Parts: sequence; structure tokens; C-alpha cells
Amino acid sequence: MATGELTPAVHEHHTSTGLDNTKMAMWAFLGSECLFFGSFISTYLLYRNQTADGPTSADLYDIPYTSVSSFVLLMSSLTMVLALAACHRKDQRGMRAWLLATALLGMVFIGGQIYEFTEFAHEGLALSVSPFGSSFFVLTGFHGAHVTVGILMLLLLVGMSMFDRLGPDDSRKVELIGLYWHFVDIVWIIIFTVVYLIPS
Amino acid sequence: MATAAAQGGLFRRPTATTGWWSWVTTVDHKKIGILYCATALAFFVIGGIEALAIRTQLAVPNGTTLTAETYNQFFTMHGLTMIFLVVMPLGVGIMNYLAPLMIGARDVAFPRINAFSYWVFLLGGLFLYSSFFLGGAPDGGWFGYAPLSTQLPGNGMTFYALGLQILGVASLLGAVNFIVTILNMRAPGMTLMRMPVFIWMTLVTAFLLLFAMPVIAVALFELMFDRVYNANFFNPATGGDPVLWQHLFWLFGHPEVYIMILPAMGIISDVLPTFSRKPIFGYAAIVFAGIAIGFMGWGVWAHHMFAVGLGPVANSAFALSTMFIAVPTGVKIFNWLGTMWKGDLHFNTPMLFAIGFVSMFIIGGLSGVTHAIVPSDAQQTDTYYIVAHFHYVLFGGAIFGLFSGLYYWWPKVFGKLLSEGLGKVHFWLMFIGFNLAFGPMHILGLEGMPRRTYTYPDGMGWNLWNLVATVGAFIIAVSIAVFLVNAVRTKRKGREAGADPWDGRTLEWSTPSPAPAYNFAEVPIVKARDDFWHRKYVVKPDEQVTPVVAGGAVAAHEDEHDPGHGIHLPAPSFLPVLAAPGLPIMAYGVIYSWPLIVVGGLLLLLALFGWVLEPSEVEH
Repeated sequence: MATGELTPAVHEHHTSTGLDNTKMAMWAFLGSECLFFGSFISTYLLYRNQTADGPTSADLYDIPYTSVSSFVLLMSSLTMVLALAACHRKDQRGMRAWLLATALLGMVFIGGQIYEFTEFAHEGLALSVSPFGSSFFVLTGFHGAHVTVGILMLLLLVGMSMFDRLGPDDSRKVELIGLYWHFVDIVWIIIFTVVYLIPS
Repeated sequence: MATAAAQGGLFRRPTATTGWWSWVTTVDHKKIGILYCATALAFFVIGGIEALAIRTQLAVPNGTTLTAETYNQFFTMHGLTMIFLVVMPLGVGIMNYLAPLMIGARDVAFPRINAFSYWVFLLGGLFLYSSFFLGGAPDGGWFGYAPLSTQLPGNGMTFYALGLQILGVASLLGAVNFIVTILNMRAPGMTLMRMPVFIWMTLVTAFLLLFAMPVIAVALFELMFDRVYNANFFNPATGGDPVLWQHLFWLFGHPEVYIMILPAMGIISDVLPTFSRKPIFGYAAIVFAGIAIGFMGWGVWAHHMFAVGLGPVANSAFALSTMFIAVPTGVKIFNWLGTMWKGDLHFNTPMLFAIGFVSMFIIGGLSGVTHAIVPSDAQQTDTYYIVAHFHYVLFGGAIFGLFSGLYYWWPKVFGKLLSEGLGKVHFWLMFIGFNLAFGPMHILGLEGMPRRTYTYPDGMGWNLWNLVATVGAFIIAVSIAVFLVNAVRTKRKGREAGADPWDGRTLEWSTPSPAPAYNFAEVPIVKARDDFWHRKYVVKPDEQVTPVVAGGAVAAHEDEHDPGHGIHLPAPSFLPVLAAPGLPIMAYGVIYSWPLIVVGGLLLLLALFGWVLEPSEVEH
């Protein structure tokens, strides 16, 4: 697909491998993130039955509820793809609409997570209650923080596009943030499977 | 000249190229490299003073120089300083200055991120040291073993968890930057297998950082949540497992060892050929050995945990993998010996330090193999034998290698040669002092002297060697003073170096000294490994080497009028230095008051917002 590196305006992006610098950097960063989430997921797996005298995962998890919020997050990957497609068509309005939709779906997911956290807290789970509580909140909390950063970047993209700070050829930024967004979604698929679906 | 780029950012773009502001706003990899090295040397002096205090305390039995509390803070901070604030940033500083020059690039791939990394590193170091004035420094060892680290009173270990986290951000961003720079910014013809060995080792180091930093980040976050927010990651009372800390820490910690040593190995792999007047012996072997170390370094971490009781299967597996990793390391040593073999050896200061590296590293490597044997390690664990071992690899290895690099590239960076006489005094004092300080620790360890203990009783038979070690430490201190004198003297009356004082082999010597802002007036076209040497010399069919007539292509553009005109260079920026304080402010917020977390986060966010809107280039 036609990314900017062939146009004369961005001549400096001629690279040894032919891959765009920023894209290679994003892939490297995401590789690093795999180890980050991998370590937290390992911690959770070690501790999922260490509930001390606090609530257990069977007491807490509401699989249908979390399935819905997971579905919402997965749909945001679809809207992200549509945003990039609109960007490639040079359809700035369409791109903005799909980026906003992606951000909104992300916000719905985060809202759902906040609701879930407060519910669990009411039922007596906290960082200080058990290793299970610590590892659950910190793992899913860091994922939520990643989604939040993604939402901020999506909104920044929308703003830049509205104020004409995103050139029509500059699909690269949309693509980069898309990569990040899809990665965070994939991490959630793993978390949903490992944390919620595997019975304790 | 900067008018076009000045519009559109949050600020007017800084334009100074000299003076104080030019250093604060610089995105030039060369200036950032100098900043890294200067900062690391300052921390080296501080960490050295801590070491001297420790050695003074231990010079005689029942020492009273330091209290137990201060001793704990000093040995912890000495370790943290030397690892995170000296060896790593010195390596990064040298990479910064040289990696683009050696691959024929004008800068790194992300110059502003590079500047941001430096400021984050500096502020992370200052954050860590501010703990001394805020109730006490970290005192649980650089390894921070839980549950001691979760239970130590005061904020020391919280500063540890947050300070290393900040430094990790700098390292991670640096790793991404160097991976992309080396893979993507090579001059035409600079294929991977034509890259200098230092560049290869930098690349392997960057990948190790990329995958090791997130693991320590997780461990540090878990420690932080345990200490500050009463989480239970390492609390055995509720079922938490302190051994998890050890696994996460050493899964980072062992690759970290190679993160520290590989750049030094790369440096001497370029120094030895230059001063042996021979190409590196077995280029492919030394490159692949480095890559092999990079992979195998992930499979040996539990040899730090033989005394934990992981069971005979795990212990045997990690013993085997540990012995196995000595193989690629041995390959490298034979590469270096083969390079010097029948070479036309010139014993300049960089060469002395490089040979010092090889010989001391062999001693450290051999004592390392003795730890790989589990029963032997069970006797050595937590004794001075371990202290002797890792100082032989990290001081005798990494520090000697890094000083070799400093002497070797000093003329490229500053245009003047460090004094050879003082350099040799520095080397020999450091070499003798080092062996006096750390050699006897092997004996002390085998005699059972425990490490991390602030004093020892009389009559254990440890008195003599402790005194010798202390004398050695002070000799090292004198050698560093000689180096600093040399540096100052050279600035005032050093000999002009010219572009190529050592008859170098790699591209950085083809450009004037100090390297101009744009590095190369024309991007070099690379035709061979050691390309610059091939531009200077012709090998005749009878293997006779003769210089190219008219001196080849040595800095041909040096005298041309303004040769850098029209070259696009990354423009200086305020934003890296504005964004960086966000991280330590957030960290202080975690310790003292949560609104500061918000303040720091907003500062970071706003600066990054401005960053995205700011165009990155300006015409030179």
C-alpha cells in the first residue's frame, strides 16, 4: 500500500531495509510489550488460586458481562481497520468518524472495566487482600492503562486531522496507532482467555 | 535558515549551536553521546567514593568508618550506580557518538527520542540519589530481594523501585532507537556483514535491552505495589512467593550482564585490529558468537539461584546452559588472540586497555565457570569469591573495555589526542590497583568471608587480604585522578589529532575530528568490510600492502568551504528536556502525594503533544 516513503516530500525515509523507521520502531516496542504483559500474565497464573481468605475468581467473574465488553473491544479493531482504509482513500471525514468510533468503543470498554473493578471491590477483592487480588488488578489495570493511552492517541489523531495537521499522504501515523491498538486488543484476547475463561 | 521549521511547534525552535542552550536542546547524537559519557564519568566518581568508603570500613576488623545502616546504603548505591549509571550509560554514550558515524549515517533514527532518553537517564540518576537527602538511600542490595525489599522501613527501596523504573524507560527507548538506526540507516553498501563488530554488539545489546527491560519493569512495579499500595505479590503470609521476585529479577539480571559486557567486547574488537594492523580474525565467528551469547543469555538466569532450592533437575539444566555459554565467549577470546597473533602490534593506551580487558576477562570467565558447578557454587554463594568474580568481568572486563574506547575515540570526539604518557600511567596504576583490590577477594571468599556484611571480627585470618584490597582500591582511585588530569590537560594543550590518528579501519576515521554536525559531507558508499582501510591501502596480488597514492579519501572535504550546506539535519528541540521531568515528578508523587502523579503525567502528556506537532527537521 502507498505509504509516504516514495513521495519526494519525505525523501529522508529511504531506509536500508525498505521498512519505514517509525513502523520498525513500533514493532520493536510491541515486541518489548509482549514480555511486559507476559510477565504480568505469568504472575497471575502463579497466583490465581492464592486467594488467602478473600473472594475467589469463581465468586467474582461474570463471564457474560466480560464477554460483552471483550466483544466491544474487538469491534474497535474493526473500526480501526476502517479508519485506516478511509485514510488510504484520502477520505479525511470518514477517517475521523471511524477513529472517533474506535475511541468511543475503547471508552465503553474502559467504562466497563471501571464498573467491574468497583463491583469486585464491593465484593471484597483488593490489592491488599490476596496475591490473586494484587495480580488481577495490576494485570488488567495495566491493560486498561494501555487502552487509555490508545484512546488519547486516537483523539489526538482526530484533532490533528480536524486542524489540518495531518497531511493527506500521512497515513503513517494512523497506521502506527492502529498497530498499537490491534496489539492491545490481542493482549486482551489472551487476558480474557487466561484470566476469565480458564476455571480456577 | 530555520524559518520554515520554526512555524508549527508550540515553541520557537531553538537555534543555538554553541553554548549552554545548545547542549540542553540538542538532538545531535554526538553531543548526546558526550553528555552521556560525561554524566556517567561523574557518577563513576561518586560510585567510586562509595567504594572507597566501603573499603575503608573493611580495611581493618571491627571497622568504625561507617555504621551498618550507612554501609548498607553505600554498597547498594555503589552497585546501582556502577551498573545503571556508569557501565550502561558509558556504553550507550560511546554507541551514541559512534554508531551513526560507523554505519555512515547523519544521525540516529529518532534524534529527539535520543535526547529524551538522555534526560530521563540523568533525572533518573538524580532521583535515585535524592533519596540520600530524603530519609535514606536504598539499602536492600542492587538485587532487591523480596521480602526484605518489601519490608525494609523508610522510602529507600521505594526510591529503588521507582528510580530503576525511570532509568528503564531511558534504556528501552534507547534500545528501540539503536535497533532502528542500525537496521535502517546504514550507508549504501554497508551490508550487515560489513558492519564493524562494535555495531553488531550494539545491535545485540539493544535487543537484549528491548526484551530485558520490560521484565524488570514488571518486577519493579510489583515491588512498588507491595511497598506503597499494600499489594501481596511477595508477601508469604497471604501466599505470595518471594522466589517470583528472584526469577523476574534474574531473568532481567542475567541478560543485563551481557548488556554491560557486549559493548565493551565490541569496542576492543575494533581497537585490537587497528593496533595489530590486521583485520579482525574470524569476523563471522565473532559476530555469530555475539549473537549466540544474546540468545543463550536468556537461558542461564537460575544460576544466580542455585542456593534457593529449585531442585536437582532445574539446577542441573541451568548448570549445563551456564557452562555452554562459555563456548561462544571462548570463541571471542580466540578471535582476539588470533587478531593479535603475528600482528604489527602498537602498544598505545587503547591497546593496553584492550589487552587488559582480554586478560582480566579470562580470569573472571574462569571463576564464572566455577560458579556454574552447583556444589562448588553452594560453597561460594554470598562470599567474597562472587564479589571477586563479577568485578573481574565488570571492572576488569567492561570498565577496561570502555576506557579502551574512551582513549581510542577521544581524538575523534575532541580533535585532540590524550597524552600517551599519562594514559600509560593510568593503565598501569589501574591494572595493578584492580588486581590488588579484587584478586585477594578470591582468597577471602574461599576462606568464608561473607559479602554484604559491614564488618568482621579479628582473628578470622581475613585481616591481611582485606588491607591489601583496600590499598588496591585507593590505587584505582589515583589512576582515575590521573585520567581526569589527562582529560583536562588535553583540552588545554593536547596534540591535534587530525582525522585519522591511529590509521583506523572504519568509517568514523574518514570524517574530520571532531566530526562535523552533519557527520559526512557526502554519504559514503561502502564497498568492503573495513572500508576506510581499503580506501587507504591496496593489497597487491603477492599480498604486499601499499598505500593508495595521494592519501586516498582521508577527509577530502575538510577544507572545502561550508561543505555541509543544504544537508537536512534534525532540528534542536525544547521538548525532550521538557517532557523528561514528568517521570521523576510522577515518581515523587507515588512516594509523597498522589496529586504530583497527575502533575507529572500532565507535563509528560503536554510535552509529548507538542512533540507530535513539531516538525523534526531543519536545513543546515
